[in-house]
Amino acid sequence: MTFSADIALAGPELILAGAALLLLVVGAFAPRATNLLSLGAIAALAAAAYAAAFGPQGRGFSGGLVADDASAFGQVAIFAASAIAIPLGQKWFERRGVRNFEFPVLILLAALGMSMMVAAGDLISLYVGVELQSLALYVLAAMHRDDAKASEAGLKYFVLGALSSGLLLYGASLIYGFAGSTRFEDIAVAVETGAGTGVLFGLIFLICGLAFKVSAAPFHMWTPDVYEGAPTPVVAFFAAAPKLAAMLLFARVLSEGFHGASAQWGQVLVIIALISIGVGAFAGLAQGNLKRLWAYSSIANVGYAVLGLASGTAEGVQAMLVFMVLYMVDVTGFFACLAALSRDGKPMETIADMTGLMKERPGIALAMTAFSLSALGLPPFSGFWAKFYVFKAAIGAGLGVWAVIGLVGSVVAAFYYLRLIKVMWFDASAGATDKPPMEAHVIAIGAAFFSFPLVLGALVYIDPLAKAAAAAFGLV
Amino acid sequence: MIGLLSGVTFAPLLGVAAILILRAFARSEDERTVSAAKWIALGTTLATLALSILLVSEYEPLNPGFQFVEDAAWFAGLHYRMGVDGISILFVLLTAFLMPICIAASWKTIETRVLEYMIAFLVLETLVIGVFCALDLVLFYAFFEFGLVPMFLIIGIWGGKRRVYAAFKFFLYTLLGSVLMLAAILGMIGIAGTSSIPELMVYKFDPHLQTWLWLAFFASFAVKMPMWPVHTWLPDAHVEAPTAGSVILAGILLKMGGYGFLRFSLPMFPQASEYFTPLVFALSVIAIIYTSLVAFRQTDIKKLIAYSSVAHMGFVTMGIFAGNAVGVQGAIFQMLSHGVISGALFLCVGVVYDRMHTREIAFYGGLVTRMPWYAAVFMLFTMGNVGLPGTSGFVGEILTMTGAYGVSTWTALLAASGVILSAVYALSLYRRVIFGELTNPALAEIGDLDWREVAIFAPLIAATLFLGIYPAAVFDLTQSSVDNLVAVYRAAIGA
Repeated sequence: MTFSADIALAGPELILAGAALLLLVVGAFAPRATNLLSLGAIAALAAAAYAAAFGPQGRGFSGGLVADDASAFGQVAIFAASAIAIPLGQKWFERRGVRNFEFPVLILLAALGMSMMVAAGDLISLYVGVELQSLALYVLAAMHRDDAKASEAGLKYFVLGALSSGLLLYGASLIYGFAGSTRFEDIAVAVETGAGTGVLFGLIFLICGLAFKVSAAPFHMWTPDVYEGAPTPVVAFFAAAPKLAAMLLFARVLSEGFHGASAQWGQVLVIIALISIGVGAFAGLAQGNLKRLWAYSSIANVGYAVLGLASGTAEGVQAMLVFMVLYMVDVTGFFACLAALSRDGKPMETIADMTGLMKERPGIALAMTAFSLSALGLPPFSGFWAKFYVFKAAIGAGLGVWAVIGLVGSVVAAFYYLRLIKVMWFDASAGATDKPPMEAHVIAIGAAFFSFPLVLGALVYIDPLAKAAAAAFGLV
Repeated sequence: MIGLLSGVTFAPLLGVAAILILRAFARSEDERTVSAAKWIALGTTLATLALSILLVSEYEPLNPGFQFVEDAAWFAGLHYRMGVDGISILFVLLTAFLMPICIAASWKTIETRVLEYMIAFLVLETLVIGVFCALDLVLFYAFFEFGLVPMFLIIGIWGGKRRVYAAFKFFLYTLLGSVLMLAAILGMIGIAGTSSIPELMVYKFDPHLQTWLWLAFFASFAVKMPMWPVHTWLPDAHVEAPTAGSVILAGILLKMGGYGFLRFSLPMFPQASEYFTPLVFALSVIAIIYTSLVAFRQTDIKKLIAYSSVAHMGFVTMGIFAGNAVGVQGAIFQMLSHGVISGALFLCVGVVYDRMHTREIAFYGGLVTRMPWYAAVFMLFTMGNVGLPGTSGFVGEILTMTGAYGVSTWTALLAASGVILSAVYALSLYRRVIFGELTNPALAEIGDLDWREVAIFAPLIAATLFLGIYPAAVFDLTQSSVDNLVAVYRAAIGA
């Protein structure tokens, strides 16, 4: 393959990298032109999404970069989520007197990292993608500098994230040592021909590191604290797209590199999935803060996605992809609701703050009701269809018993979603709320409309795309 | 293309849209807006009733298969597939019949958040009709499960003192049952490769697997029905729900359980159904006898009627699992009859509750002197509840017992004692509330039924008597489908 052909494959990444650097220079000279910078970043994301969807496909840079249906699927979804995060966050920071032109640039860099994650074909580009994404997110989490809690969240995220990167890197080095290559294709050959326990040892470390990134239990400890402390629109961003990227990367490593060891990693993933579902369901019961609550909800939801992956089939990967895309919309919408709500200038973040919201803000209350019911897995909301795919795949792969346990876990979790609905609908109003900012309001309502009823039509298109993406991994 | 069946199902949503538009144009929820919303809701439900009558009149009773079938491919192999047969069509009619009555019964008693209330009822109507019409497993599940939400809100917002507790209990109980059913549904789709109910009805599942699938569906339908011992959510839900909510709950939502047994358990898992028949019979008999005794000891009128519902549902499960034409016909008839009678009884409770705001039996007594018309109406429905010949209650009970007699004499015999017990609690309730001296001074000024209440009761009285005197009207519609169901079932179990 020629170098120019390799370059063509990296279209989306190059567009994002170029745009990020360009906007940084523009920002350095015109730091007040935040609107212009945001628009530029959104345009770059749109261009990158176009390049991902319609660009050439293949493997480039000696197998380090893969452009296939799976990467295209992930990149388009990630870029869309990033584009939505820009106005949501930019305006939020501006209202708090933080006019950081770095915000759109950091989002672009995070998107670049995620783009590399979903297109990684070997352990090196995997690590580079993960780190680039993570570093951008650490800064975003701590961007509200005057807020002690945000700084704490950023630091916590950074320290624990560094630990997980260490695990990841250690696992990668073990795999390289025993398999003799960092390329997934070569690792697969080594695994098939019996590379021994050393590679599996490395794989376990790799899984731990990735489980940390998707906040699957028992590597979830950072999630509630970081979600609570970080600025709400930033949480809306990093609770959504990075998880899709990490899950897709997870799927690619396991199915391209370690398909021969699927019996081994399958059982590890089932355990991770069930612990996540259990932790998410039971620990969520004790939460009064909605950001923490949704952190536990996201732990449980990642558990469902991992269960799809644990099936080890193409159907399972497809289920995981559909699940993550639908979940992304819900979680972005929910945090947009929180970003839209404030009372007397103070953010409303606890369940108690939401009492009687149906009377004060029926639109946002309805949207939050939709997200709660969706997270609960009630049809016809998107969360139901997400779970429908995952459990269908899991039962089809012979994981029926675990699927039933997972479903029962969702009944436990139903209690806290219902409690939120209860305070919003049943209780008397706790006082007027401030007028919600336009962009958060629009994003929240739009996401709720997607959750129901748009999802019923959208799935007709998402279903075959996710199927094609899953087929790219060569599973049956 | 939208067929008649989709028209019936989604017609109530047009009313929802109209109310939302009304709310958008009206600046506040003043009296005129509220009154307009009530009329919209009533008009929509009446229009739905008219459409469903049209549906029944166009239905061909001699064709046992599904009619008015609509089918459109969706995603992931699912279909939007609707259709009715002789088993489901009457439940559509029952739903459409009770809904306008519910709206009318809430006319004066619901004073807060009236628009939301009307919307909740209209959405509920669509979902319930959808349950009875869906011919795709996942579509069925979607209608079935989402029905929890409007009912959760109806109990939780407009309910009594312990409404939050009752709403949560209702929701979580039912949800736990239905997620097990969801697991079974997904398994069935995986094995049979289709989610089409007509195709699955002829698919032969492995007998060992049937046992598990049957149990999973049973978990959901037994809670919904409700069968002893998973009935405890029902008294709480009934006591706390507003009157119209109780009517819908007893009149229609409970029937989804019986419908589920008929639509899924018997035809899809015949071997397992036969295997578990003794279990169902035992639970039915316990429900009939035990909950009748429990009903007798209640001090709250609504709770008494709620427990009597559980007892009457025992006859339904017994009739269904008798697995013969008489039993199944009787079960369907009993469900329809109970839908009318128990709905009417809850409305009777509502009449005195609206006036006195208490449901304590001890508070009342001697009402006949102040409310002769009410006493007459209450008498008729009490007799219907007891199963007096001439009312619809009699037909269902005698048929289910006859059906069960052919399979298990002891079951029929024990169930027959339930007929006596129902007379004990129902007549004693009637005596304590209506007869005797009017001693409570608070009741001295209580007024008789007004014209609105008479208008609400009139169709229910007509239905109870009509079904009791001419039950063939129902059997003509159900016969061919039931005969077909029973023939397939008996062939599968080799009887």
